[in-house]
Amino acid sequence: MAVTVRIPTPLRRLTQNLAEVETEGANIESIIENLEANYPGMKERLCDDGGNIRRFVNIYLNDEDIRFLDGKATPVTDGAEISIIPAIAGGKN
Amino acid sequence: MFNFSNEQIERYSRHIILKEVGGMGQTRLLESKVLLIGAGGLGSPVGVYLAAAGVGTLGIIDDDVVDLSNLQRQILHGTSDIGIPKTKSAAATITEMNPDVKVIPYNERITSENAFQILEQYDLIVDGCDNLPTRYLLNDASVMLGKPIVHGSIFQFEGQVTVFYPGKGPCYRCLYPEPPPPGMVPSCQEAGVFGVLPGIIGTIQAVEAIKTLLNIGEPLIGNLLLFNALTMDFKRLKLRQDETCPMCGEHPTIHELIDYEEFCQVRW
Repeated sequence: MAVTVRIPTPLRRLTQNLAEVETEGANIESIIENLEANYPGMKERLCDDGGNIRRFVNIYLNDEDIRFLDGKATPVTDGAEISIIPAIAGGKN
Repeated sequence: MFNFSNEQIERYSRHIILKEVGGMGQTRLLESKVLLIGAGGLGSPVGVYLAAAGVGTLGIIDDDVVDLSNLQRQILHGTSDIGIPKTKSAAATITEMNPDVKVIPYNERITSENAFQILEQYDLIVDGCDNLPTRYLLNDASVMLGKPIVHGSIFQFEGQVTVFYPGKGPCYRCLYPEPPPPGMVPSCQEAGVFGVLPGIIGTIQAVEAIKTLLNIGEPLIGNLLLFNALTMDFKRLKLRQDETCPMCGEHPTIHELIDYEEFCQVRW
């Protein structure tokens, strides 16, 4: 399944500054593996040592948080849009 | 029917003729109390528009002084304000814009010690702060007090807005149960911020604050609005209430405010 992954600004140094990348995978887990193959360092940013998605990073399949779907096993369909949304803090300064 | 002065009828006439606001809604705004966390990039447009709209009491909490580097985006302050407390400069700008507004300045930081005492005096909180410990502190205190927070955050060219309304939708901990480690989230000071971005995000926060106060339309409860200024792209994501949330889930484990600086120093 070919999907589009939206990369948040803090992780774009891993994607040569690309805001969106195309990748493949049948579910979120395989998409993360493919991202790691193309953009080394990505998996460590998204997952902890046990392979679980870090609790300060949210991954959305289209407009749904995968934590409320099937987590990493959430299947994706061709043309889906995956968004990685980390916490951002700025506002005052 | 309403206790408007002639001047107020004229000042708020464009609101009063809107059926969604009307005399009743304008009266409600004049009686409303909103607390702005931060008088910087986001707090500036929020303060200006809430004041213009006639929100009767604006608390402003900020312990900074105006710096020349703020003026690229912080429109509450001007060149002659450099070096004076932001709360003082903000109060002067707001009073000039609308003398109906009572400004209550807090020239300090919000902490676990003063949070309840300050927050309980307000109907709604607008979060335009610049750090994660304060965001978690505000979340926890507002859930305990049942106060809505209009949340905004910005980074370089991107921003996020949502409304956290205890009892009506998820809280910040449902979204991010744990903070990222220090250094994972660079500040605008380190990474830069596009000057107009807080103008857009803050103005959306002002819209959401007024809608929430007036109970009109559909505030962004349970929705995260993402904005990218480079692509001029708006996107909405659904936020779900997490039944395992330690703050607002079925079995909350947080019952008092904690040390948020320490909480945000998690090892990675």
